[in-house]
Amino acid sequence: MPATRIVMPAKAKKGEIIEIKTLIQHIMETGHRRDNVGKPIPRDIINRFVVTYNGTEVFSADLFPGVAANPYFSFTTIALEPGELVFAWTDDHGETTTERRQLIVT
Amino acid sequence: MMRPLLIYTARLLPVLAVLAGAAAAADDPPSPPLPGRAFQSRETQTREADEGANPGFLWVEQGQQLWTKIEGTAGRACATCHGEDGAAMRGVATHYPMVTTSGRLVNLEQRINRCRTGQMGAPALGYETNGLLSLTAFITHQSNGMKRSVKIDGPAAPYFEQGRSFFFSRQGQLNLACSQCHNDNVGKHLRGDIISQGQSDGWPAYRLEWQTMGSLHRRLRACSLGVRAEILDYGAPEYVALELYLAWRGRDLPIASPGVRR
Repeated sequence: MPATRIVMPAKAKKGEIIEIKTLIQHIMETGHRRDNVGKPIPRDIINRFVVTYNGTEVFSADLFPGVAANPYFSFTTIALEPGELVFAWTDDHGETTTERRQLIVT
Repeated sequence: MMRPLLIYTARLLPVLAVLAGAAAAADDPPSPPLPGRAFQSRETQTREADEGANPGFLWVEQGQQLWTKIEGTAGRACATCHGEDGAAMRGVATHYPMVTTSGRLVNLEQRINRCRTGQMGAPALGYETNGLLSLTAFITHQSNGMKRSVKIDGPAAPYFEQGRSFFFSRQGQLNLACSQCHNDNVGKHLRGDIISQGQSDGWPAYRLEWQTMGSLHRRLRACSLGVRAEILDYGAPEYVALELYLAWRGRDLPIASPGVRR
């Protein structure tokens, strides 16, 4: 499973806007390159990133071959209730890397 | 833990370089010493300073996991001897490269592999593998904010001289010495780039051009290619000696790894 990194506050006040930053280690091979004997290098990218907050989607993105390696996303959401954020990155092979973080809301 | 964000502007650099040139003899380290990030764009410096955005921390975190992973025939992890959280490693990176009891100069990467093969009974990790980069990044990061203090006397003296002489020797088809760019022309434009002081304070670093983390030796190999000189092997004694000279030359700069470079 690729390495991931999520930076977000562990707790927030109800109604507060929180910033979340995510990184995932991935080569993001475009599919447009050839190796040293001229053979095409097959495309291998993360093509979808979805974040849910207690089951509700709060951020999503479609990724394309122009995105650099180790994709970084930063976004904000509003702390409404205590619960779980689920981060899911899906690659070209259909494999999904999932991370979970708890958010305490007071 | 956020490093205070100090943005250097490239516009100031030629002025600083002129001041440095007037104050210092050719042989001395550049004065004032400027960290590698000082020569990066504002955006790249911002990315480096933010631990949530700096991609190098993917490797630091992986290194932390490897640190506690038991490998090899002795049934040990790094953490078995050196402590779970790596706090005992604070300051260690400031002393490398270092001469071992057998009289050989080794850098941090080579020390990690000596530990693996000698103490853990585990295979050595290849240079530029994610494993060795991660462990090096994790251990180096523990010394962030500390200045380098390498030994250059006694058994280290001949290695230091070798590294120093490498730095000042013209080489390659372009017949350039490291010093001609990184001492004499700091702050000037080299095509689209600004010539840095060639400081090693931010390494291992994430280089945008590589789209990955890389060791100092990978950066040195890119410099060798740039002057059309022989590209030496990773871990070559010449590069380790140069690494020692660079550590001494940048001794007043605190370690700031993982850096983000263009």
